[in-house]
Amino acid sequence: MSNFNLLLFGVYPYIALAICLIGSWARFDWSQYTWRAGSSQMLDGKGMRMASNLFHVGIIFVLAGHFVGLLTPHALYHHVISTEHKQLLAMVSGGVFGVLCLIGLIMLIKRRLNNPRIRATSSTSDIMILFVLLAQLILGLLTIVASTQHLDGSVMVMLGDWAQSVVTLQPLKAAQAIAPVGIIYKLHVFLGVTLFVLFPFTRLVHIVSAPIWYLGRRYQIVRQKG
Amino acid sequence: MKIRSQVAMVLNLDKCIGCHTCSVTCKNVWTSREGMEYAWFNNVESKPGIGYPKDWENQNKWKGGWVRNSDGSIRPRIGGKFRVLANIFANPDLPEIDDYYEPFDFDYQHLHTAPEVAHQPTARPRSVITGKRMEKIEWGPNWEEILGGEFIKRRKDKNFDNIQADIYGQYENTFMMYLPRLCEHCLNPTCAAACPSGAIYKREEDGIVLIDQDKCRGWRMCISGCPYKKIYYNWKSGKSEKCIFCYPRIEAGMPTVCSETCVGRIRYLGVLLYDADKIHEVASTPNEHDLYPKQLAMFLDPNDPKVIAQARKDGIADSVITAAQKSPVYKLAVDWKLALPLHPEYRTLPMVWYVPPLSPIQNAAESGKIGMNGVLPDVDSLRIPLRYLANLLTAGDEKPVKLALKRLLAMRVYKRAQQVDGIEDLTALQDVGLSQAQAEEMYRYLAIADYEDRFVIPTAHREEAMSDAFAERNGCGFSFGSGCSGDDSANMFGGKKHTKREVMKTVQVWED
Repeated sequence: MSNFNLLLFGVYPYIALAICLIGSWARFDWSQYTWRAGSSQMLDGKGMRMASNLFHVGIIFVLAGHFVGLLTPHALYHHVISTEHKQLLAMVSGGVFGVLCLIGLIMLIKRRLNNPRIRATSSTSDIMILFVLLAQLILGLLTIVASTQHLDGSVMVMLGDWAQSVVTLQPLKAAQAIAPVGIIYKLHVFLGVTLFVLFPFTRLVHIVSAPIWYLGRRYQIVRQKG
Repeated sequence: MKIRSQVAMVLNLDKCIGCHTCSVTCKNVWTSREGMEYAWFNNVESKPGIGYPKDWENQNKWKGGWVRNSDGSIRPRIGGKFRVLANIFANPDLPEIDDYYEPFDFDYQHLHTAPEVAHQPTARPRSVITGKRMEKIEWGPNWEEILGGEFIKRRKDKNFDNIQADIYGQYENTFMMYLPRLCEHCLNPTCAAACPSGAIYKREEDGIVLIDQDKCRGWRMCISGCPYKKIYYNWKSGKSEKCIFCYPRIEAGMPTVCSETCVGRIRYLGVLLYDADKIHEVASTPNEHDLYPKQLAMFLDPNDPKVIAQARKDGIADSVITAAQKSPVYKLAVDWKLALPLHPEYRTLPMVWYVPPLSPIQNAAESGKIGMNGVLPDVDSLRIPLRYLANLLTAGDEKPVKLALKRLLAMRVYKRAQQVDGIEDLTALQDVGLSQAQAEEMYRYLAIADYEDRFVIPTAHREEAMSDAFAERNGCGFSFGSGCSGDDSANMFGGKKHTKREVMKTVQVWED
């Protein structure tokens, strides 16, 4: 195992997670006024229902799939599904939602670049993050193509080992687990980890503000003095 | 009973001259920033007209306010909580910038820098959103000013419902009035109910509805929720903003900027005490016609010893109770029943009320004599149709509008007899159930309208709001949520300077 591999997949994830956590905390504490979804629907809503819903529904399922797929211990899911079937499930569901997300994302990028109002009011970070997500999504979809070459689930198990080793604080084991996988997977993982670095500095922060607790609150809020 | 106090507003439309001083002073103070150029916390509309944003009163289109379910409960018209969240990625009920207008500025600098040419140089319009040239301005904040445009467009005014409106397009029958609008600071605001982040709240001590700019995440559901379309999305900050009822001034006992600068002296500010336990019951009243009288009944008599005792128990300061006893708003709304709510059928229980305007007697022009009803001119022959005002102010019930107009007329008849003819004739007053003392007081408040009578605002007891005043020393006052550090520290996280225009630079050429 090369030191480079250790740096990228054993050390870098911790740096990224640290930047993500500390950066988000700092932004929330110091500059919560900048913490927002950054919607531009009001400037031009044409096609937004299709584009934004496709993108968001797609990416939410894809992210949830990654979370469950990578972090569920192998012994646990073996009660329900075999490794081979799990890989097939991941490829199909990830492929479907990934394509939905890709369609939405391309529509959103087109809108952001071509619509004069949206373009003029976009920050560099708004445009940059769309292209990073596009690159990541295309890499992700390419891994599905690559996975058709080995349907035994072996690569998926290695990636799962990597993720589980990272979250259980075993950087050496993590780097070892991921070392044999193909370059396309490694690029996808690297860019994925990089998204954690970008997270606190872009509009991505709105993800953690998903207002699910709205469902539980009463309609009116009255604040007392002070 | 749980008593809360609110600083409420009444606008006397009978005296509004449509000068827009309120709108302009408000804009200069609060919304002259990039991202908010299109937003007017206060605007004045010429009615009939579709208003700003376009067709805002048409809730079939915008889905603002509340609807009553068959089981007697109410929910926002945009949908229950699940539907609100389901629409969070793309809100189908959101007005776009063109429903307001594309804000513009003019290339004034060109007048200074143009070379010598055959024709006089002009300052051409430029969009302040894209910074690009606008060849034609299609709509503005007050496009229908004084019946501007064809009647067929103004005909879409929602207040024409159940009116044979086409005759009002004829020159002889045309009518108009001004409607200054601002946030209603409702008792049952739909904006707050629709906010997924829970960032919108009502202040207990003065009823002002505010958006916590730190908590707002820009999910933009409040904009759809508000039936008055008085919440605006700031595209630069990505947060919603609304009229703040000039709370820093109210806290100091000063009137709002729009009220202070009103040259017609049409605005009144005063404290109302109300029973907060009744909000839900009143808002879900089955019959829309009952919403106005039921809301009126929520306002408590500040001179009633029982009310005073309960108010003290609920933590209302004596200075607030004293202000409530002198409240011009209480007099206008409760004592004299002149002031009426704007569109009570939205079920938000609005707290900015309006005295309906009198208008010229229609029949006089036609037949040479005025239709009289006893000693009073017949209010049915006023140029502005009663039904129109009722659709605007009382959910279509003409009786309260009629009473208010008759009382305004009776006061005039009484004062005219007194001051011109030198006769104390009380018949007009008796017709409308006013005492002489009431009429004299009405005259003082409506015609003279002294500053001290119009604005009775208790100062906020901020000293009670903080447990340790010493800890507040060297505070940084108003800031854009980045503490004392100013705007600069926010830039790492994508914060934008509020003092600088990023899109359009034409008006600040000399600053760069």
